[in-house]
Amino acid sequence: MSTAITTIFSPALAARFDRMVTLYPLRRSALIPMLLYAQDEVGCLSDDVIREVAARVEITELDVRNVLSYYSLLHTAPRGKYHVQVCTNISCMVRGGNELFDHCKKRLGIGNKQTTPDKLFSLEEVECIGACSWAPAVQVNYDFHENLTADSMDKVLDDYRTRD
Amino acid sequence: MADLVSHPDEVKLISYRFGKGATSIDKYLELDGYSSARKAIALGPEGIIAEMKASGLRGRGGAGFPTGLKWSFVPKQAPKPKYVLVNGDESEPGTCKDRLIFEHDPHSVIEGVIIAGLAIGSKMGFIYLRGEYRYLLKIMEKAIDDAYAKGFLGKGIFGSDVDFDIVSHTGAGAYEVGEESALMESLEGKRGIPRIRPPFPAVVGLYGGPTIINNAETLATVPHIFRIGGAEYAKLGSERNGGTRLFCLSGNVAKPGVYELPMGYNLKKMIYEVGGGIPGGRSLKAVVPGGSSTPVLLPNEIDIGMDFDQVGKAGSMLGSGGVVVLDDSVCMVEFALRTMKFYQHESCGWCIPCREGTDWLKKTLTRFHAGAGVAKDIDNIRYLAQNMLGRTFCPLGDAAAMPTIAFVDKFRKEFEDHLDGKPCPYAHHPEAALAHA
Repeated sequence: MSTAITTIFSPALAARFDRMVTLYPLRRSALIPMLLYAQDEVGCLSDDVIREVAARVEITELDVRNVLSYYSLLHTAPRGKYHVQVCTNISCMVRGGNELFDHCKKRLGIGNKQTTPDKLFSLEEVECIGACSWAPAVQVNYDFHENLTADSMDKVLDDYRTRD
Repeated sequence: MADLVSHPDEVKLISYRFGKGATSIDKYLELDGYSSARKAIALGPEGIIAEMKASGLRGRGGAGFPTGLKWSFVPKQAPKPKYVLVNGDESEPGTCKDRLIFEHDPHSVIEGVIIAGLAIGSKMGFIYLRGEYRYLLKIMEKAIDDAYAKGFLGKGIFGSDVDFDIVSHTGAGAYEVGEESALMESLEGKRGIPRIRPPFPAVVGLYGGPTIINNAETLATVPHIFRIGGAEYAKLGSERNGGTRLFCLSGNVAKPGVYELPMGYNLKKMIYEVGGGIPGGRSLKAVVPGGSSTPVLLPNEIDIGMDFDQVGKAGSMLGSGGVVVLDDSVCMVEFALRTMKFYQHESCGWCIPCREGTDWLKKTLTRFHAGAGVAKDIDNIRYLAQNMLGRTFCPLGDAAAMPTIAFVDKFRKEFEDHLDGKPCPYAHHPEAALAHA
């Protein structure tokens, strides 16, 4: 796909996608990274995103939707600016992961997979994020926050809130 | 954050560069980096594979398949291009070691991939990182760029006539994609559904060509094998289990962390000496030895050497090195439930025994833990899990079933204590387990 064709992505991202499809023996290999990076920029996998990604990778939109529905980081609905992902899998669970998740629900006033009315935070109970030796742990977007207590979790949320 | 720890019993072979700024290629070179790749070019494929076999290195992802043997399965002549694929999808609950390799020593992975490529006659490697490891992907991307800049990747690497390219790649959230054939499917831009074997990846893999897939720690270990010699590496471990490995100690233990210990190191010693024992005046109830897919061990079963064979003999698996320690405040029924919730969520859905089995186990354990269990549920749980074994395209079904069988067999009394509407004996005050300091 030439950069001359209309793109909904920023020039830098469009250029990155132009290059990405040439890196692999098959174009289609670029699909999942492309979806994730598109989502990072646009916020969610909207119909427009799916349409352009399908065209770039040269597969049908149905095929794109089929693939994206498999991967838990990919979502078609918008989320909060800061997506708070609390691990409650085994190592985090035995170090207070469930309680940490309940604490976040109370502090943010929302439940699992919900977004605050000001669209600043969304919350999700997630599977193991690879921070087991530093449990309990949370990811906010791609940032790790570890060895958490109720108080340090409050500070993490406050820091994101004041960033805004 | 992901702090580094240490203990005198550690044998810092693959972790000796951690915390020393080795993400910088110049620092890596200073610390013996890329000398093994040069050695490997001189050795040639047969020499490389012989050294790998001598090392006794077995896969560090979980299955423990002998690495040299795996590489030797790649046919010398092949109509399609050959590939090396790094499995950096680390997602086994309890496992957080590849993360440290990517964070502190990414070049060791690159060097390992180059050596693997030389062994099998491949010109291209892929380094696949799970989507959540974005900050590590950025570190790896820079390391790859730096390696290209120095002529260690690209055309004529290290001034030889060998070309080799590496592409880094992100996943987007899927445990099953850590299974080698599902990993290939994902890299090819599809849902991570496993392939039927045979044919095995070494013969028919990525894009139909011969492919070796190895865990990140396995490949990161390769340059060290050539640095100290295969036989020397083997000597560091136990019989038929050469070398050292990264163990991730987590759970109810005083000093959780990632420790590099010799293969065959005693599990009891690991928990009480390296890990500092059980804090808070509690006592040991159970240990998950190698990630959530491995059957749980009781306190009277932990006096064993942590290698593939000894843990196998004890009825479990060395697995991914994720040692999860549980104290007497943990409800084993709730633990079993949480484990099944994980597998039910992560099951790709392809095979009936796994898709339906994990779903039934999750629903039944949910009802059971909530107090609505009946006596025959316990045997039914075990019976259903038993019938999942060996009947799926990939080991995820087994990974859910085998721990379930162990939970019922070893903690039947705890299951019985949840019958007749009795509240969970371990129900704790909300926030009791979560510190406030």
